[in-house]
Amino acid sequence: MTEIRMKVNGSVESLDVEPWVSLLDALRERLGLTGPKKGCDQGACGACTVLADGMRINACLALAVQYDGREITTIEGVAHPLQEAFVRHDGFQCGYCTSGQICSAIGMLAEHAAGMPSVVTGPGDRELSETEVRERMSGNLCRCGAYNGIVDAIMDVAGKDAG
Amino acid sequence: MTTKYAETAPATTGTKYVGRPIDRLDGLAKTTGEARFAAEHQYPGLAHAALVHATIARGRVTAVDTAAARAVTGVIEVLTHENAPPMKPAPKFSVLDLSSLASGTSVNYLATDEVHWNGQPMAVVVAETPEAARHAASLVRLTYEERPAVVDFAAEEPNAVQQRSNPVMPSAADKGDARAALAAAPVSVDLRFSTPPHHHNAIEPHATTAVWDGDELTLHEGTQNIPWLRKHLSQRFGVPERNIRVLSPFVGGGFGGKGSVWAGTLLAVLAARATGRAVRLALTRESVYHTVGGRTPSTQRVALGADAEGNLTALIHTSVSRTSRIGGMPEQITSGSRHLYAAQNVHLRQNLVQLDLLANTAMRAPGESIGTFALESAVDELAWELGLDPIELRMRNEPERDPLHGKQFAHRMLREAYALGADRFGWRERDPRPGVMRDGRWLVGMGVATAYHPSWRMPASVTLRLGADGGVVVRCGLHEMGMGAATAQAQIAADAMGVPMEAVRVEYGDSDLPPGPGAGGSAQTASAAAGVLAAAEKLKKSLLAMARRQPDSPLRGRRLEEVEARDGGLFHGGRGQTYAEILAGAGRDHVEAAVKSGMLSFMARTLSERRRYVKAATGAQFCEVRVDPDTGEVRVSRWVGVFDVGTVINEKTANSQLRGGIVMGIGMALSEETLVDQRTGRIMNPSLAEYHVPVHADIPRIDVHYLDEPDPTMPLGLIGVGEVSITGAAAAVANAVRHATGKRVVDLPITLDKVL
Repeated sequence: MTEIRMKVNGSVESLDVEPWVSLLDALRERLGLTGPKKGCDQGACGACTVLADGMRINACLALAVQYDGREITTIEGVAHPLQEAFVRHDGFQCGYCTSGQICSAIGMLAEHAAGMPSVVTGPGDRELSETEVRERMSGNLCRCGAYNGIVDAIMDVAGKDAG
Repeated sequence: MTTKYAETAPATTGTKYVGRPIDRLDGLAKTTGEARFAAEHQYPGLAHAALVHATIARGRVTAVDTAAARAVTGVIEVLTHENAPPMKPAPKFSVLDLSSLASGTSVNYLATDEVHWNGQPMAVVVAETPEAARHAASLVRLTYEERPAVVDFAAEEPNAVQQRSNPVMPSAADKGDARAALAAAPVSVDLRFSTPPHHHNAIEPHATTAVWDGDELTLHEGTQNIPWLRKHLSQRFGVPERNIRVLSPFVGGGFGGKGSVWAGTLLAVLAARATGRAVRLALTRESVYHTVGGRTPSTQRVALGADAEGNLTALIHTSVSRTSRIGGMPEQITSGSRHLYAAQNVHLRQNLVQLDLLANTAMRAPGESIGTFALESAVDELAWELGLDPIELRMRNEPERDPLHGKQFAHRMLREAYALGADRFGWRERDPRPGVMRDGRWLVGMGVATAYHPSWRMPASVTLRLGADGGVVVRCGLHEMGMGAATAQAQIAADAMGVPMEAVRVEYGDSDLPPGPGAGGSAQTASAAAGVLAAAEKLKKSLLAMARRQPDSPLRGRRLEEVEARDGGLFHGGRGQTYAEILAGAGRDHVEAAVKSGMLSFMARTLSERRRYVKAATGAQFCEVRVDPDTGEVRVSRWVGVFDVGTVINEKTANSQLRGGIVMGIGMALSEETLVDQRTGRIMNPSLAEYHVPVHADIPRIDVHYLDEPDPTMPLGLIGVGEVSITGAAAAVANAVRHATGKRVVDLPITLDKVL
């Protein structure tokens, strides 16, 4: 067992975990934060996306012990205009991928604003196009196929931020 | 025009909410992480289970070694056929009890040493933590005696036999002599198609939390059919149905995969009973592939003959699909071919092989999704042969009545759908020659295909309760897996009772509620709507009766037909009473109305309707692709879908469902394929990393429209929207690729190697 301390959604949590426990299992099973979902447990679906010090990560591919001393935000700790925009643009159906989509979108917008490149963005090109959003969000699967609504919600919020 | 007749009571109220794009009611719960799914409920002493899967396709287990697994810290129990408590066998199918369809397979798990497929669960480990359970499961050693297994679909195809027919799903049809007509036709095509197995891949893997308290069971499970699940568990575990509570308020995607009862559910309940602990079995993605059936593969032949003007003289559509020796459903692959074209001669056959694989099951539009791929690809190819526009070819063969038996269409507006779609898509801009439209280096192609899915109604029981504050509670065990079920019924109830939507609460997803319709066959919304409307009529009748007994009521002497439900009450002209006033005057704090729909009346209605009408949703799919001429990469760049789905209850959620079907159809067209090892019968890509569902970057803007003309044979005129939009979708892509490249791809998915 290893004792770790993480700041989760603003409050400091101490946990005793075996070294093989994933961050996702620590959040869901030990801290009762079931907002991050387990869709594949191998980094293929993005449903477990959380923010670690503001960066989006797949919590299923992270070991809890790696995040000792770090700050984790799950959907339960998110208060962002994207949430309302997802509802208004119907950016989900069953809701199982939604926590991950929203956390991922928050991280993605920050990455884009910080000038992180993508296969779509050319040098010096800082416009956030729909194509750019689709490219950068492709790690988050939605089997209900709510992709149009998700992109609309993100564009809506990103446009307001830019304005 | 179709003949209109009023089967349901005419609406006595306006439609203030029905049709509007209202935000879904569970939006907040789903965007804040508050919504709890089946694996997200805590119980004191909750234990975790994991499955051990067979690694052979057929045979029996001769030795079990659980010592290493039992030695893992935290392991509570390892259950195998040697020590598991008994479970009763799966019930035999009975037409009088449709819940007998709930068995995913006929295997009595852990009561037998027999192996029926590669992946069958042979042991269950129960441990204090999920990690310990999974680790210990990897340490269970099974020794087998193997028997020869038949697992190769393609090799078994020559041994296919005709499916058995039933009243709702005939497996064959003949009109005239299609073979002779084909041989005599001046223009013809004769194509063979194949489609691979598919898996639903709902993002929520199947999970069960099972809690026994004596002989009472509480179950958290994402299911598409609460009543079937409850009855099935009652039969398997020998306890009365009333002892079983199924809670399923959120289902993280289903698409047919959560319609039957599969091994994980049964084994979680069994493990909980054996250990006396609350048990959660959250399947890994790989375990979902091994224990929950998927869509059958198919091979199909479609041959079409036409005269020089494009009038169809022959339509031949034959198919082979698979079931398993331990279950599975035959698919109605030729369903679209029965109803879409006015061919003079028709020959349809659906054939089956039985393999030693996990039973197949329904996946979004079973039959029609893959059947329309073949049919609509062949129609497109015939258009090429004729040098005719593919829409024009379809219009020349659009029947006025059902082509096989001359029945009326309850509703059919395919001509209008194509006209609107062509306009919205810009079909006129299409240069009919293949391979000439370009966008830079990309080849551009445009394709169309017809969507077709039958419409159904299932039994549903609904209770409506009106409280003294004027609030309405709709109680119905609906299944919410993303359709916006509660939202749609709240809209319907608000209009029917003439109250604001905020005054309506819908209770759903619980076996304690009146049993709802299953979420399948695109039938839930219409089925529940019929119940809500009937219950609202009963409720208004009771309220009017109360009002008429009150001496000062302006409603005295009024009949129900004369009053209008609006503004939270009943009114005649400008005068009336609010519900609160009526209840207060009667000294009541609430009034309830219950509607029960029995199986027998449901069967009678369904069969009588089917004798008179062909009932279906249809649509026109328009797809534009860009194809890389060097690599063969296909990108879908634009989509327009126009659907004839009757009255649309909620424009926002209906749009999402229709788009979702198209997205799954694009996946089917370009990337989705479950690979079965033809030697071992093992699924080789049981993961979301190797089974490619469409991602954001694969999906362009999808423009969805509907005609919004009510179907006179359906409640409120609505036809379900859950499945129709996946049908025709793969063909629209294939036809666009044909236009872009000149290549006809007949084997799904359309991967690069097939285009080059």
